[in-house]
Amino acid sequence: MLETLRTALRSLMSNKVRSLLTMLGIIIGTGAVIAMVAIGAGASQSIQQFISGVGANILIIMPGAPSVGGVRQQAGAGATLTTDDAEALQREAYSLSGVAPEVFGRVQLVHGNMNWSTLVTGSTEDLFYIREWKIEDGRFFFDEEARAGTKIVVLGATVAKNLFGEEGAIGKIIRIRNTPMEVVGVLAAKGQTPWGQDQDDTAFVPFATAQRSLFRRGIANSVQRITVAAVNGDSVPEAEREISAILRQRRRLEEGEESDFDVRNMAEMLDAAAQSTRVMSLLLGAVASVSLLVGGIGIMNIMLVSVTERTREIGIRMAIGARGSDIRTQFLMEALLLSVAGGLFGIGLGTSTSKVITGLLGWPTVISPGSVILAFVFSALVGVFFGFYPAWKASLLNPIEALRRE
Amino acid sequence: MSLIDARDIVKIYRTGDVELRALDSVSFSIDRGEFVSIMGHSGSGKSTMMNILGCLDVPDEGEYRLNGHSVGGMTSDSLARIRNSTIGFVFQGFNLLPRATALENVELPLIYAGVHARERRERGVSALERVGLADRIGHRPNQLSGGQQQRVAIARALVGETPLILADEPTGNLDTATSAEIMDLFTSLNRSGKTVVLVTHEPDVAEYSARIIRFQDGRVVSDERRDTDA
Repeated sequence: MLETLRTALRSLMSNKVRSLLTMLGIIIGTGAVIAMVAIGAGASQSIQQFISGVGANILIIMPGAPSVGGVRQQAGAGATLTTDDAEALQREAYSLSGVAPEVFGRVQLVHGNMNWSTLVTGSTEDLFYIREWKIEDGRFFFDEEARAGTKIVVLGATVAKNLFGEEGAIGKIIRIRNTPMEVVGVLAAKGQTPWGQDQDDTAFVPFATAQRSLFRRGIANSVQRITVAAVNGDSVPEAEREISAILRQRRRLEEGEESDFDVRNMAEMLDAAAQSTRVMSLLLGAVASVSLLVGGIGIMNIMLVSVTERTREIGIRMAIGARGSDIRTQFLMEALLLSVAGGLFGIGLGTSTSKVITGLLGWPTVISPGSVILAFVFSALVGVFFGFYPAWKASLLNPIEALRRE
Repeated sequence: MSLIDARDIVKIYRTGDVELRALDSVSFSIDRGEFVSIMGHSGSGKSTMMNILGCLDVPDEGEYRLNGHSVGGMTSDSLARIRNSTIGFVFQGFNLLPRATALENVELPLIYAGVHARERRERGVSALERVGLADRIGHRPNQLSGGQQQRVAIARALVGETPLILADEPTGNLDTATSAEIMDLFTSLNRSGKTVVLVTHEPDVAEYSARIIRFQDGRVVSDERRDTDA
């Protein structure tokens, strides 16, 4: 066995360039599998972290899709949720730790000669706690201000940077839709969502301010959504039932009547996102495996050439007493060595590629030992599988014919 | 019991409709310790006979017994084992592995016999010493002269301690002086107890042997024992 290994090694070393080129297919294949799986795993891991970090207990209440003459409109198109609903939830629901009505829209913020377009949300103080915002500078706004419609604004880190650069923003007046507002707070940066959205590109104003000065809506008191937090992650189903019950009661809906609102569970939404990421990484892995397969075909190709070239050597070995199985093992060992060495290099390539991707593109990557082992075992199997045919062909050579060949 | 016992050997080659009887009912036997030359022109059947004697091929008819074993009907694996344990080959073209050193070439039969590395090395070195190449152990075939390469090949045939050495035109690629050296080596091996069978078409080479079997058109036409000046 050791002898076979040494023989195989010597014959591969005697043709280094060819061995390296043959391995290249496997190297790239294994590397691609590892890098792709790492990207996929990184994406789903950061989604998971996002779920557990931000709002496994968050529920979003949206206005339902209203029917207008039997034609259902887009969900959220109606104006069926009001501040009264929000207040009722705050008063009556004991499974909720926070309730924040929201109106929002994309508007331009102007300071001096700088301007920045961002998502401005009008809400109450609760929203900061529900969404787990931290203050970097200044303060949040209070519920009294939210009700009174004070002309103040809390900026996300990205917005503050774009409007003020390195200067302090607190106390400065900016104009939003021509309404002057004082910056009272800048939020600590949260970074990107797993799908690459900048969470800090946002701004908050008191609810009444938004309603009166920024987004005038047809129906007074209507809100675009209500974001609530359940007491903890486990009480989410309970909270969902309670919200539904309170809102249905307020609307005097009979049993079986359709609700004009939707309660969505943040964790479920993110799960769906994670699910699609998994499918994506599976696809990436499958595409990468194809290149591993192509690498295997390269090995078979070279081994067939090698068998033809070394017919005489095979003849000598057979005359001297090598059995067919000895010859087969020898060539199989060479194929296996090629693919295993290629697999090892490929693991190196895949890991470093993942690091480079994280470094250059900022994509999170996770190299799991499982994927490394899988890719390695797979590449070894490719070697055995594609090495077998040439090896078997070599073992069937007739020694007389083989010796006669030049 | 004879080492080689061939009885009514027939070998037929077919190409399309043409049937060629390369060997037509050949019988002879060779005892242990003999030094035999098989002679004939090309096409006489001597190469076919050599392949059968060397267990590289099996006869279509007749029986070939080597060292007491009947070779007919053996699997290729059994033939390989018989070759490994009974026959040392020496070829016209030396047939050394070009990328292996002299010692590695000599060790080759022992690898397939399953001999351990240390013993292999010892036996390999002593075989190379026997053919006078103790100082060329680490050389590759392309660093050796033709005569030296053939000596390495002979050492490879010796190392397995096989009873029979089968040489196919061993001097075909060598000049006269070197041929003589190689033939002297065969003679001394024969004296030390090896059975040597040479296949050749050169009468000079056959002169060294004590018995000459001549082939013509697939048959044995003469089988003469002669006295060598021993």
